[in-house]
Amino acid sequence: MKLRRRSGITDGAARTGALGGPGRFVERVQRLPGTRTDDAILEVRDLSVAYVTDAGLVMAVDRVDLDLARGEFLGVVGESGCGKSTLLFGIAQLLSPPARIVGGSVKFRGSEIAGLSDKQLRHIRWRDYSVVMQSAMNALNPVMTVAAQMRDVCRAHSEMSDLEIRERSAEVLRLVSIDPVHLDSHPHQLSGGMRQRAMIAMALLFTPDLVIMDEPTSALDVVAQRSLMVQIKELQQRLGFAVIFVTHDMSLVSNFSDRLAVMYAGQVAELGGTRQLFDFPLHPYTQGLLEAFPSIRGPKMHLQGIPGQPPDLAQPPPGCRFAPRCAKVTAPCLTIDPPLFDKNGDLVRCLLYKAGRPELGAAIFPSPQDRPGAGPSLSDLGVANPERTNDQ
Amino acid sequence: MRFILRRTGFFLFTMWAAVTVNFVIPRLMPGNPALAMIARYKGHINGQALKALELLFGVKAHVNIVSEYFTYLDNIIHGRFGTSYTFFPESVSHEVLQAIPWTLGLVGVTTILAFILGTLIGLVSAWRRGGLLDSMLPPIFVITSAFPYFWIALLCVWLFGIKLNWLPEFGGYAYQSTPGWQWSFISDVLVHSILPATTILVTSIGGWILTMRNNVISVLGEDYVRMARAKGLKPWTVMWGYAGRNAILPNLTGFAMSLGFVVSGAILVEFVFNYPGVGWMLLDAVSNEDYPLMQALFLLITLAVLTAVLLADIATALLDARTRDLA
Amino acid sequence: MAVQTIFRHQAVEPSASRRRRPPGANLWRAVRHNRKATAGALLLLFFLVLAIFPGQIAPYSYASTNFAPALPPSAAHWFGTTALGQDIFSQLVYGTRESLIIAFAVGGLSTFISVIVGVSAAYLRGFADGVLSLFTDVLLVIPTFPLIILIAAYVRSAGLLTIIIVLGLLGWSYGARQLRSQVLSLRDRDFLESARVRGERSLYIIVVEVLPTMTSLIVASFLGAALYAVLTAAGLQFIGLGDPNAQSWGTMLYWAENNEALGAGMPLWAIMPGVCVALLGASFALLNYAFDEISNPALRPVRKMMKADLDGLDTAARLRNVPRASRLGREA
Repeated sequence: MKLRRRSGITDGAARTGALGGPGRFVERVQRLPGTRTDDAILEVRDLSVAYVTDAGLVMAVDRVDLDLARGEFLGVVGESGCGKSTLLFGIAQLLSPPARIVGGSVKFRGSEIAGLSDKQLRHIRWRDYSVVMQSAMNALNPVMTVAAQMRDVCRAHSEMSDLEIRERSAEVLRLVSIDPVHLDSHPHQLSGGMRQRAMIAMALLFTPDLVIMDEPTSALDVVAQRSLMVQIKELQQRLGFAVIFVTHDMSLVSNFSDRLAVMYAGQVAELGGTRQLFDFPLHPYTQGLLEAFPSIRGPKMHLQGIPGQPPDLAQPPPGCRFAPRCAKVTAPCLTIDPPLFDKNGDLVRCLLYKAGRPELGAAIFPSPQDRPGAGPSLSDLGVANPERTNDQ
Repeated sequence: MRFILRRTGFFLFTMWAAVTVNFVIPRLMPGNPALAMIARYKGHINGQALKALELLFGVKAHVNIVSEYFTYLDNIIHGRFGTSYTFFPESVSHEVLQAIPWTLGLVGVTTILAFILGTLIGLVSAWRRGGLLDSMLPPIFVITSAFPYFWIALLCVWLFGIKLNWLPEFGGYAYQSTPGWQWSFISDVLVHSILPATTILVTSIGGWILTMRNNVISVLGEDYVRMARAKGLKPWTVMWGYAGRNAILPNLTGFAMSLGFVVSGAILVEFVFNYPGVGWMLLDAVSNEDYPLMQALFLLITLAVLTAVLLADIATALLDARTRDLA
Repeated sequence: MAVQTIFRHQAVEPSASRRRRPPGANLWRAVRHNRKATAGALLLLFFLVLAIFPGQIAPYSYASTNFAPALPPSAAHWFGTTALGQDIFSQLVYGTRESLIIAFAVGGLSTFISVIVGVSAAYLRGFADGVLSLFTDVLLVIPTFPLIILIAAYVRSAGLLTIIIVLGLLGWSYGARQLRSQVLSLRDRDFLESARVRGERSLYIIVVEVLPTMTSLIVASFLGAALYAVLTAAGLQFIGLGDPNAQSWGTMLYWAENNEALGAGMPLWAIMPGVCVALLGASFALLNYAFDEISNPALRPVRKMMKADLDGLDTAARLRNVPRASRLGREA
């Protein structure tokens, strides 16, 4: 199995020292959910991530489906503990024990990357997709200078000379409005906002196709958050990379995202275009979230919270996971775990919308029980050469 | 650099504290024990040396204690520790200088070796969590790190020295060899040092392995290690540059703090093997009630420990920019 | 909830419910589940029994010299006899008491001082903290064993009380440092802030709010001090600075060494007391290490995923009437 390998550095941009220029620019695509086109840079199907504990497996991410087109900005929102960070690391293959992928597939530019070892992934890491983490203070090595941290990734993935590396590092820092003199600083010598931007700069060293961001603004104050978001969006439009942006701050990301995925208790509750989701939220959870944000300009409203707590993922409720807290719960909700239904292009995991076509769920994929002794065996999950997924 | 200056200041302050403790303790003891010792010296040494001893231990009742203190400090700084009773009529300084190379060679080398080996093994075993090394090592070394040095020494003496008669268990060299730089003497010394060195190595390595392993495990959970993985760096690079370099920092600090144990172990090991180093000389001095020698040796050991601590601090400052900027 | 706790790699924060339970309950549960802790606890228990009921276990008294000297091990004398004709086994049993007394007394004294110094230094901050910290650091760095030897030499022969006092007064610095840094990290947490706002006095805050969260650190400190005490006391007695008439393992070693036990065919006389010291020390070390694991879950042995887990997955999926996720697919 060979992963398509990018030759040289991103279109020669780094070699010539020019910014990732117009060659990388891609039009913003308004992607219709559910449509599989060849434009998809990321295809996640049925991804499940579990934590191995003494009490058994805890499903942090339960059968999540996602698509991402080139240049698209996808926001993933949800409360703490809903599994969004775990989903992110599951997609980026950065899980560490006791967490591991226990089912599903992740296709990056058409090639399967789920279950690959670090060694196999090394070819595409950072060059084709990179990661920005939550707290730069923790994510940057405290005993190395910024330049050294950029140097080691450049050396690992390219043949650039030290001078070229230095130039490229200065270039990406300028992209995020940091004076390149800070290349020789250690992380603790930079301010919080600068650190975060330095991390983003580092993620753009090879102008990858996809940048995965795990709450990069959470550690900043409100003003810095906004300016960072603007900068990210501008870079994204200029350089044309796709972004998956995980955050708990729905209002922040909704200004910049093309599509939004709302997660609850390890599952995608709703997935659709940002504007549409905000104007017509379908899932009761999303409705509850939006009702919790007052509008600055509108009439005074009585703020509604969502009563109750998210479920314990070690013992998820038998039916819909949101049912215990749902204002619109019906009897079948307590026993049937709904798949995603399509309503006007918006995917929603709620039985209220059952009339629409069930989009991504049981009906589409054939049962995996195509051999006796159903279910994966241990060797399947760790060894090469199992059968293909039920895709296409 | 300010950090190093601060540490040097601490070094000097602690040295001063040790010297002062040395001054105060004999004067606090009921019935100044030095009196008896001085009585033994009378008639054997000249008046000047006797006077120096009296100053060291404060036997004269009517002397101003403050001026005595400063004279004492002056003597210490110039290395005038008096005459040794055990090695009469040699001066204390002369005798002490003889013993230093033995201890430095044995204890110094093996401690550094144990630190380096232990750190490496700890790093590797934590890197492969769940591997063979990781599941075997912790329980074994937890137990062995609790073993008293002198007991392992006794076991070695009995097993390899007496029962099997493979290695010499007594002294630094066979008493019939003539000291000198010829190979026969040097090899004799090396052979005699095998058992004591093994004892120290075996007992102390456990602690390093365990602490390094725990440090590495904590570091491996940090975001920057995950980030290094995300960057697609080679595992070797991640292990050394990211995990190892950060994990070793608390170990260096721990090295400084555990030197106390190392010293106590070294003294006992030298005692059991009759190895002619500083520790053995100290215990010999104790049994002979040779207080001047005891004092000097205590100050010497303190000086050595403080120097090692200072060196470890300098190493930490070199490795970690945060420490440099702290002071 | 479970996911979020596992994902963060910091120590678990003190939650409201945990503080309501008595500080001992969590520890007890943790000890039962951890293998090292149980091993250590059993060893300690064994020695405790020996110390409390020596008369019932040892066949003869410590000092009786009625037997032929230098006997090899036999049914009557499990480890043989000494050069003076005493039964080694009985000596070992009677010697347990003194070692345990030293361990617990020094451990308690050391821990007591280190709690006071460490917590006060962290809580008072400023000049008081500077002075206390300097004092702690100096004591930490000065090699205490030679210092103890010096003091013991001046005192001529150190009885039990002297040993306890000297060891206790010199051994608290490491624990004080650890406690101080722990309190410093806790100092600005919200639950302390709320206590301050309620107007509680500093002493109340320290004793009622701060100390219970540091129970495991204090226990670890105690165990470390006890280990240090056992080894150092044995070492002191071994080189002859203890009371030669005391009934303890260290003294046995002293007499054994003086009578050339190893070379003269009585190796057990020298080896067995060492074994006892080693085992008692090991029990403290095991408990100490286990507490490290308990307070930092990342150090616990890694659990591999087992077939049973996957079966559980299948069952759950079948119950929910939804087809299970496919296997991980790969390009052929």
